[in-house]
Amino acid sequence: MFYREAGDFKTSYRDDSQTFPIRLDRMGYYILMFVAFLVVPFFINDYWVNAVFAPFLIYAIAALGLNILTGYAGQVSLGTGGFMAVGAYASYKLMTSFPEVSILIHIILAGGITAVVGVAFGLPSLRIKGFYLAVATLAAQFFLVWVFNKVPWFYNYSASGQINAPERSVFGVIVTGPNTEAWAKYMICLVFVVVLAWVARNLTRGMMGRKWMGIRDMDIAAEIIGVNPLMAKMSAFAVSSFFVGIAGALFFTVYLGAAEAGEAFGITKSFLILFMIIIGGLGSIFGSFAGAAFMVLMPVFLKNVLVGGLGWPTDLAAHFEFMIVGGLIVVFLIVEPHGLAQLWRLTKEKLRLWPFPH
Amino acid sequence: MPEQLLFAMEVTLNGLMAGVLYALVALGFVLIFKASGIFNYAQGVMALFAALTLVGIQQGQVPFAHLINAIFGTEVHHFPWQVPSLIAIVLAAGVMILFAWIVEKYVLQHLIGQPDIILFMATIGLAYFMEGFGDIMWGSDIKKLDVGLPQGMNATIDQVTFDWFGYGFFIDNLDIVAAIVASLLVAALTIFSQYSKQGRALRAVADDHSAALSVGISLRFIWVLVWSIAGFVALVAGIMWGAKSGVQFSLSLIALKALPVLMLGGFTSIPGAIVGGLIIGVGEQLFEFTIGPMIGGATQNWFAYVLALIFLIFRPQGLFGEKIIERV
Amino acid sequence: MTTTTDMNADSYVTADGRTIGPVVMDMKNITLRFGGVVAIKDISFDIREGEIRAIIGPNGAGKSSMLNVISGFYKPQEGEVWFRGEKRPPMKPYQVARQGLARTFQNIALFDGMTVLDNIMTGRLNHMKANLLQQAIWKGKAEREEIANREICEKVIDFLEIQHIRKTPVGRLPYGLKKRVELARALAAQPSLLLLDEPMAGMNVEEKEDMSRFILDMNDEFGTTIALIEHDMGVVMDLSDRVVVMDYGKKIGDGTPDEVRNNQDVIDAYLGVSHD
Repeated sequence: MFYREAGDFKTSYRDDSQTFPIRLDRMGYYILMFVAFLVVPFFINDYWVNAVFAPFLIYAIAALGLNILTGYAGQVSLGTGGFMAVGAYASYKLMTSFPEVSILIHIILAGGITAVVGVAFGLPSLRIKGFYLAVATLAAQFFLVWVFNKVPWFYNYSASGQINAPERSVFGVIVTGPNTEAWAKYMICLVFVVVLAWVARNLTRGMMGRKWMGIRDMDIAAEIIGVNPLMAKMSAFAVSSFFVGIAGALFFTVYLGAAEAGEAFGITKSFLILFMIIIGGLGSIFGSFAGAAFMVLMPVFLKNVLVGGLGWPTDLAAHFEFMIVGGLIVVFLIVEPHGLAQLWRLTKEKLRLWPFPH
Repeated sequence: MPEQLLFAMEVTLNGLMAGVLYALVALGFVLIFKASGIFNYAQGVMALFAALTLVGIQQGQVPFAHLINAIFGTEVHHFPWQVPSLIAIVLAAGVMILFAWIVEKYVLQHLIGQPDIILFMATIGLAYFMEGFGDIMWGSDIKKLDVGLPQGMNATIDQVTFDWFGYGFFIDNLDIVAAIVASLLVAALTIFSQYSKQGRALRAVADDHSAALSVGISLRFIWVLVWSIAGFVALVAGIMWGAKSGVQFSLSLIALKALPVLMLGGFTSIPGAIVGGLIIGVGEQLFEFTIGPMIGGATQNWFAYVLALIFLIFRPQGLFGEKIIERV
Repeated sequence: MTTTTDMNADSYVTADGRTIGPVVMDMKNITLRFGGVVAIKDISFDIREGEIRAIIGPNGAGKSSMLNVISGFYKPQEGEVWFRGEKRPPMKPYQVARQGLARTFQNIALFDGMTVLDNIMTGRLNHMKANLLQQAIWKGKAEREEIANREICEKVIDFLEIQHIRKTPVGRLPYGLKKRVELARALAAQPSLLLLDEPMAGMNVEEKEDMSRFILDMNDEFGTTIALIEHDMGVVMDLSDRVVVMDYGKKIGDGTPDEVRNNQDVIDAYLGVSHD
């Protein structure tokens, strides 16, 4: 009854194209921001930030990135893990080479470096399409991980072959290394997420997004009406990799603290992010968040119920997770190819008519 | 003959043998792709699942023993019997046919008319599901698969090459068997698709779904048929790989290598799958042998993919694929 | 209509008072082959500013191929395309679009995942210049440009009477409306030459009348030069200023609807005299 656009008249095209056209949505958004920035930091502890919030926020960035490439521009990539590794190793090299520069700049630069690498591996997309491209991106995945394992320069010749994030701080607050406090970890991820989600929204609602979707829906027609396929695809790869690179940098510096390419950024990571956007919703900003939340929370939930509650061995619970994830992918593709985002939209449409559905 | 060259020849031969195994997995992909236009990512996991099932049946494992034990607190593991290899293979093939039927009924039926890429992602989901399911059903420990295939160095080849070159080539008997089985399988499939009624129907479906439907071919039957055949091919591949390196999770990753094989050979060509498999097999062995030591080794991890990627840039339809004419 | 109009002059005025200007697009001796098949054989014709030019012919005559040559999707093996007095170098389709060509497609080529409004906005893409960074920030140039171009699209939406489906995803629309949205997208580009590939294919009589009206109005109100392919002889004859007739890849007639109607080759082609 309260959730509706009636009476909320738009008098300009600017109002009409805003992100949350319905007043209640807008309020919900403000409340969410208020809670995220001013409430959660005061209550968060190490368990919650490590088990839920940090992975959720970081994966949300990666999912946003992959969604731009796959959901909006229609180019399927199985190389997300490899690109995250680029972000991680780039931030590591920058942090250790220029310790006096702020880590924020390092993380953003790491995104930029990943964007360049992404464009390089995206070039074949001009010639090959669909799952041919998906398989081609596997080349990026395996090659990049191999490079980071085999070239000692990338891990500063450390004996273990691992990279370790040194302690860095932002405005006097430690954000990386073992002495980081829970709220600081949370806040740095949150800031990146909010800014990047806003950028993603801006890009996808404007002409860039329309070009991407044009290439996705019908590439030949898009080219004939004036979309330069090279620019459209390369910009999608660049922006997507930028996001994924930042996610990789945060994943290593803030979340893991220490990483090894094959283990932290293997092919399973690529699939994990892909699953997030399928379950969350292809071509949806909200879906990227929903998918990330789902894929982070589900294992935590399963572990609590199966291992903690029923006392099953952990490996059995892990196999169950595989089954459930796989099954859900199939179910979502069959029942709701647009994922959680579409379910949410439908719920809202119903709500808009409530209590008079006819 | 110089020693390096002999080494290289041995490496090439072994590469050819490995290539046969890649080709076996790729064959399953091609079959399904031709008949239904579905790029079945789960083919590799199907090979793993088939091999797991075979070993499980053979050794008389209790299915879902882990799960049963966890829920009921029991301690069951094995039935008090072992099943002879041949019967176990037949039973495992039966399981794969059942699996094909289930996939058709509960997955493919509901995805008819969806874009290719959605179907592709659905098979990724399927792969994950099967992986978890297989592990729960049969346990995730590494299993030894032995159906009585000859293994170890082939003494004759060793002896003959030693007499010729003064250097004995190491060729595994199992690889030779694999090559023979693969050739037989391809021959059988070719005969089946060229000369049998079902084979013709299968090719008709591959050409045009709706046209095939309109002349009275049952799409459902064809799909179950082709997934069953692919399941059987997976079983054969699973036996070969399993006998070579044990039945374990990494088997499904090795099967990923079939993807670049397909990109080289073209998704619709059976000869392409074989030639592609051999090229990748030989290529990655030789590359690791010649360039590998200079750049840190383990290049097999990515060589196949990068080769396929570079190749595709110049010939997007693969070696044997048909050129796509775009129209509006 | 009297014989005082000299159609060879630089410009002339039609009976209904529209001014037809000089030649915009000149196709010279175009030949297009696909492997061994000759789709277009040595065809020349021109399109003049402000006119409605039709290309007709039986199925498989090479009409759509001709349109694809004009829009740069197919590259002819022989012949030259002259646009606004200059020979067009080999170009990608998107570069052709930037020269001010817009088109519709025989089998509707809309972006199904986008709303009607977004589809029409894609027509404006050659007019929007904000770069990636400006778009990422949105506030400022990107937003101003978006709003200014939205206004143009809204005018087109009003003109084609599709206000009510503005925010509907295109995939959900019926065929007739899709055709109209596609026209809107082409029109939003404010093209100097508009190519319509069978704009009335598969429509019922009422929809055809609507479409004819839109085509005439477009030409009349915005002075858009239009080249269209059509099956329906009746419609074509009523709409167009000049008609090219193609058959088996060859040009068999070119002139005003009246001239074409009385051309023996055209009559033969349509009534099915055997070819030898």
